[in-house]
Amino acid sequence: MQIIESSQVYDIIIVGSGAGGGMATKILSEAGLKVAVVEAGPFFDPADPEQMTQMKWPYESPRRGANTVRPFGDFDSAYGGWEIEGEPYTNAEGSDFSWFRSRMLGGRTNHWGRISLRFGPKDFKRKDQDGLGDNWPIGYEDVKPYYDKVDKLIGVFGTNEGLPNDPDGFFLPPPKPRLHELFYIKGARKSNIPVFPSRMSMLTKKINNDRGVCFYCGQCSRACQVYADFSAGTCLIFPAQKNGGQIDLFVNCMVREVTTDEEGKATGVSYINKEDRKEYKLKGKVVVLAASACSSARILLNSKSKQHPNGLGNSSDVVGKYLHDSTGAGRAAFVPDLMNREIYNEDGVGGMHVYTPWWLDNKKLDFPRGYHIEIWGGMGMPSYGFGFNPNLFNQFFNLKVGGYGNSLRKDIKKYYGSVLGFSGRGESIPQENNYCEIDNTTVDEFGIPVLKFNYQWTDNEVKQVKHMHDTFEEIFHNIGAKPLDDKPGKEQNHGILAPGKIIHEVGTTRMGDNNKTSVVNKYQQLHDAKNVFIVDAGPFVSQADKNPTWTILALSWRTSDYIVEQLKQQNI
Amino acid sequence: MDRRKSLKSILLGGVASGLAVHGCNPKPAETVDELIPAEKNIYGRTPKEKKLDKELHAKAFFNEHEMNTISVLCNLILPADERFGSTTDAEVPDLIEFMAKDIPELQTPLRGGLMWLDHKCNTDFNLMFKSASEEQQKSILDTIAYPDVAVPEKEHPLEIQFFSLMRNLTLTGYYTSKIGIEELGYKGNMPNVWNGVPEEVLAQHNVAYDDDWLAKCVDQSKRGIIAEWDENGNLLT
Repeated sequence: MQIIESSQVYDIIIVGSGAGGGMATKILSEAGLKVAVVEAGPFFDPADPEQMTQMKWPYESPRRGANTVRPFGDFDSAYGGWEIEGEPYTNAEGSDFSWFRSRMLGGRTNHWGRISLRFGPKDFKRKDQDGLGDNWPIGYEDVKPYYDKVDKLIGVFGTNEGLPNDPDGFFLPPPKPRLHELFYIKGARKSNIPVFPSRMSMLTKKINNDRGVCFYCGQCSRACQVYADFSAGTCLIFPAQKNGGQIDLFVNCMVREVTTDEEGKATGVSYINKEDRKEYKLKGKVVVLAASACSSARILLNSKSKQHPNGLGNSSDVVGKYLHDSTGAGRAAFVPDLMNREIYNEDGVGGMHVYTPWWLDNKKLDFPRGYHIEIWGGMGMPSYGFGFNPNLFNQFFNLKVGGYGNSLRKDIKKYYGSVLGFSGRGESIPQENNYCEIDNTTVDEFGIPVLKFNYQWTDNEVKQVKHMHDTFEEIFHNIGAKPLDDKPGKEQNHGILAPGKIIHEVGTTRMGDNNKTSVVNKYQQLHDAKNVFIVDAGPFVSQADKNPTWTILALSWRTSDYIVEQLKQQNI
Repeated sequence: MDRRKSLKSILLGGVASGLAVHGCNPKPAETVDELIPAEKNIYGRTPKEKKLDKELHAKAFFNEHEMNTISVLCNLILPADERFGSTTDAEVPDLIEFMAKDIPELQTPLRGGLMWLDHKCNTDFNLMFKSASEEQQKSILDTIAYPDVAVPEKEHPLEIQFFSLMRNLTLTGYYTSKIGIEELGYKGNMPNVWNGVPEEVLAQHNVAYDDDWLAKCVDQSKRGIIAEWDENGNLLT
């Protein structure tokens, strides 16, 4: 097939339009550079009525919002999921990694939980504390100015608490807790577990004249039509376009590889246009990969040339290695004190108003690193699944479970809003032998070799998750709640979710000063090709017990500033 | 100028200008189009999703007798409410038909369960289930409507699993319908300003807000004022 080449030479080609790509698009275009953004999915604007899912009622979906088509249900905004038709991936024997991809402008920022936590000083230097994994080549002080700028540009609510490893920032004021969250506070405090207002990127207060303020529909996972929550399209790419940035969006374009010249420098990318299924080449002076940790690793590994026989940036053989996701486990309970509720609108923001950051000292524990606790519950909008087992909680009162007739109506109302749930999200230790690699036996429908995953949790993570479950039960007990289902035992690995399920996968192109043991330097620049940068979570040396997005944004901004500087100095 | 149009107009690039505005828009198969006259119940946001919804609507899974039996059963599970209406008004049988196509694993348990009902009713009363008296119908349901919760769901006899499934689908169908949501009294899914749990509710549940905590929370009278901070992150506005 003839490859169609464009004569246009861009200053910057950005692959991917999520948090990292969106931020790079904004900063680099506003520096006056001519930018091409190549996105594998379609254009997406949550204000477009054709694409909008916000403020829909369950009966507007023929499956009432069931998750048969979209993994988080019909109303979630993600175009994609754990499985995408025509875009497979494989697992080595005994490995069970799940890979979530959103194919759309803005990527996964359109539906994420908006939990926006800075990494703390300890998070960048974990090896110093427990001897495990590696330190980052940078510290909190390097990233802090960018966290500050991200807070002010995008908006995040929260509170300054002066915590040692959960830094203060420039916060919008948080919303008041809901009723079930007050129960959580009560129960957690009884066990000396601290609780704070959550830190999430919704606008509880106006931040500029371009974006609306939260109107508390609780539907951030559906993407906000007034742009009151953060997504890369609405908060970074659209404003950059509006500011006159020279940005060409190539949507539905799947990048195959980074092209290089005789000296091994990048010359651009080749991509498949999903519409006409033809291969194209784009030329650029600088290539910025922001396709997500695993997708960027895949592109690098598939970019083989005489100069880069092991894949671009992979002279170290480290690309794909140290893949790690957050640990995760959850449990729900029935709270008798939350029965027979008076009904009022408590949708609030999409997600929790309170949370618990990691609070313990690992020296007294049998596992390294920590986790935070997320809280859910309340009188949410019914969707498919609502009313299943309507009176299961009768068992706690020695009443009959099941039946039919008008008594079910009473049961539904009696128990509406009486469930409280916790999710633990923790830090795992990156392992060299947890990795993704190219599976040459399998290609996607665009003919691009796919990823094969090799991933096993270690005892460290399993013990951490066991501790989560013990904590959950303790808090439930403190408020007289009845935990549902059985606590997962040893044979279920204490309920640790499969890797990839938390969608915090990072580490595949980790940063470091040593080009033998890392892929990019501290500016997220490939050791092996100066004009290639990675601004997704691939460069993370370790994931912390936080969520990666705020750090992706801060580091992408920092790298973008560096690119502008290096271009000025004609170093790249 | 409409903001969205202005955004679209600044989408540049040979490929992008064509694709971004029209999205990926393959023509849906005409045969499917012809079978479904209106866009009613077509929710899908993407062409692929729309196509799937149309295909599912175009197929029929349950036959007329089965649909009638489902309606009878739904109304027994949740009798009509004078004020809000019935499961039929809430189009619950149609939802069950749709879900059986959307989640094919439901098909055999549902169809087999309906057969079990007729078999049982024929054996006991020499009548099809839908034609039996309410008293006769209930005498059958009483044997399958109260699962022993100590036994895992999957280990119950099919007829008990079937009834649990029907009860689940009936209730979920009703309470996700317009009238069901009205009956439940859910108050959200509309623009509002959350300003905490009502005082009387706090008292009912014997909890209270900390003053310290409240002091940190948003002052909703200032939500429209653009945020500004001092250099230490203290909000000034």
